[in-house]
Amino acid sequence: MFFYILKRLLYAVPIALGVTLVSFMLVHLAPGDALNAIAPADAPADVIEALKSAYGLDRPLPVQYGLWLLRAVQGDLGTSIASGRAVAGEVLSAVGNTLMLAGMASLVGVLVGCVLGALAGYRSGSAVDRIATVLSVVGVSIPHYWLGLVLTIVFSITLGWLPAMGAGSDGSAAWLWDWQHLQYLVLPAATMSVIPMGIITRTVRALVSEMLNKEFVVALRARGLGEAAVFRHIAKNVAPTVMAVAGLQVGYLMGGSILVETVFSWPGTGFLLNTAIFQRDMPLLQGTILVLCMFFVALNLVVDILQPLIDPRMVRA
Amino acid sequence: MPASASLALPGAAPLRATDSPGYWGTVWAQLRRDPVAMAAAALLLLLVLAALLAPWLAPADPYKASMIKRLLPMGSPGHWLGTDELGRDMLTRLMFGGRLSLLMGVVPVAAAFVIGTSIGLFAGYVGGRVNMLIMRTLDIFYAFPSVLLAVAIAGALGPGLSNSLLALTLVFVPQVVRVAESVTTQVRSLDYVEAARMSGAGAFAIIRVHVLGNVLGPIFVYASGLLSVSMILASGLSFLGLGVKPPEPEWGLMLNTLRSAIYLNPWIAALPGAMIFITSVAFNVLADGVRSAMELRT
Repeated sequence: MFFYILKRLLYAVPIALGVTLVSFMLVHLAPGDALNAIAPADAPADVIEALKSAYGLDRPLPVQYGLWLLRAVQGDLGTSIASGRAVAGEVLSAVGNTLMLAGMASLVGVLVGCVLGALAGYRSGSAVDRIATVLSVVGVSIPHYWLGLVLTIVFSITLGWLPAMGAGSDGSAAWLWDWQHLQYLVLPAATMSVIPMGIITRTVRALVSEMLNKEFVVALRARGLGEAAVFRHIAKNVAPTVMAVAGLQVGYLMGGSILVETVFSWPGTGFLLNTAIFQRDMPLLQGTILVLCMFFVALNLVVDILQPLIDPRMVRA
Repeated sequence: MPASASLALPGAAPLRATDSPGYWGTVWAQLRRDPVAMAAAALLLLLVLAALLAPWLAPADPYKASMIKRLLPMGSPGHWLGTDELGRDMLTRLMFGGRLSLLMGVVPVAAAFVIGTSIGLFAGYVGGRVNMLIMRTLDIFYAFPSVLLAVAIAGALGPGLSNSLLALTLVFVPQVVRVAESVTTQVRSLDYVEAARMSGAGAFAIIRVHVLGNVLGPIFVYASGLLSVSMILASGLSFLGLGVKPPEPEWGLMLNTLRSAIYLNPWIAALPGAMIFITSVAFNVLADGVRSAMELRT
C-alpha cells in the first residue's frame, strides 16, 4: 500500500510539470504580443522595450518559463495586466466560488445518479429503468448552457421563484449558508448537476445489473442473507468504479463551469477566464488555467489513492 | 469430375465468399432492426438536408434585418417560428445555422479520427519506449478537463471559426490516440500478426492488411460518441463568443445574441439551443445503436 501511494505520487509529478509547461506555452500560441492589451498600437519603440523588460518578456522563453514556474511554486502567479492586481489572489477567491458550485452540483448529481442507477439496475426493464435510460441519454446530450437558460426562463422569469443571476446582492464577498444566499446557487447547481447525473446513472445501472448476475450473489442468497445484506456486498463492489467516475466528473465540472457561470453571471473562475480572454490578459489566463488543472491532477491523485482503500485488490493489479 | 465443379444443385447460382454480407453488412443489418437508432438516423438525415438545402427551402434571407419586425412571437404570419432580436426570420436562421453547427460537430471529430488513429496505430505497433514517450506526453493533455482545454486554446488563439475547429481537434486527438493505441497493442500480439511478420510481410503491409481492419471498428465507435460532445462544445465556444462571428447564423451564437431577449420573448431565445439538444440526442442514440450492433455481430 505504501509503495502504491508512493508510485502514484511520483507519477503525478511529471504530469503536473507538463501541465505547467502547457499552461505557460498556451499564451505563446496567441497571435501578436502579450503587450497588445496595455501598449497602444503606436507606442514608441523605447516604451515597448521598457514594458517588455518590466514584464520579463525580453528574456528567452526557457528562462521565462523557469522564472514563472519558480514564482508559481511560491504562490506568485504574476500581476494581472487588466486589473493590476495579483493573479493568485483573484484566482483563489474565484476558485472558492467555482468549487462551491461544482461541489453542490456533483453532490446532487452523484446522489440522484446512484439512487436512480441502483433502482434501474435492480428493476431491469421496468418504468424506473426506462426513465433512468432516458435521463442518462439526456444528461450527456443536453447543452447545459441551454438548460440553464431554460431553467431561468421557467423559474425566474415565468414563475419568479428564484433569482436569475449573480451570487447575492453583495456579490460573493459575504457568503452565508442561508436561503438569502443559497437561492442564488439553486439554478446554476441544478443545471450543472445534470451532467454527472446522467453518467453516474448509466455507470451504476450497468454495474449493478452486472453484479446481480454474478455467482457470489447467488451464493449469498443461497446462504439465506437478506436483500439488505446482499445490497451491501454489491455496493462495496460498485463503489470504487463509481468513485473514480465521480471524481473525474467533479474535475470536469470545475474546469467546464465557464459556460454555466456565463449563463448565470456566477463570480467564479469562468468569469475570470472570460475576462482574461477578451481583455487579452495573459498572466490571468495562465494562472487560472494552471490552478484549475492542478486541482484536476490533485483530484485524480486522491481518487487513485482512495480506491484501493475500498477495494484492496487494486493495489495488486 | 473436374475439381471446379460446383457442389450446389444444378441451375442454382454457385455460392461464393463475396455473397456473405461482410462485417459492415452484418452491422448494418443489425442496425436496421433497431427502430430507435433508425429514428435517430432519419432525424439526422432530415436536419442535414434542411441545412444543405437551406438556400432553396428557407422562406427568407438569413441576413435581412428589419427594425419593425423584431422579436415577433412564434406563429406570426410569414414568420411561423418568429423573428430574432434584429427582426430576422428564425426558421430561416435555424436552417442556415445547421450548416455551421453540424460542420463544427463533424469536422473536429473526423480530423481527430484521422490524426489520432495514425498516432495511436504507430505508438501501438512500434511499442516499447517510443510508445511510452508518446502515451506519457498525451497523459498531460488528459490532465486538462476538455471544456477548459477547448476554451483555453480557442481563447489563446483568438475568436474565429477555424481557431475553434483547431481547438476542438486538439481536444479530441489524445482521446482517440488512447483508444487506438490500446486496441492496436492488443491486436499486434495476436498469432496471425506474428505469422504475417514471420512470413516476411513489412510493417506497413501488416498494419494495412492485418491491423487496420481490426482496430478501425472500436475507434469508429468511440469517435461516433464524440460527435455530440463536439457539437455541444463547438456551439458552447460560439456561445462564449469564441467561435463563429456575427452575423453568421450558428446555433450557439444565436443562443448568445438572443440571451438579451429572454425577458421579452423567452421561448424564441430557447429555440437554437433546442436544435443543438435534438441533434446531440440523435447523434448519441445513433452512436449507441451502432455500438450495440457491432457487439452483436457474432
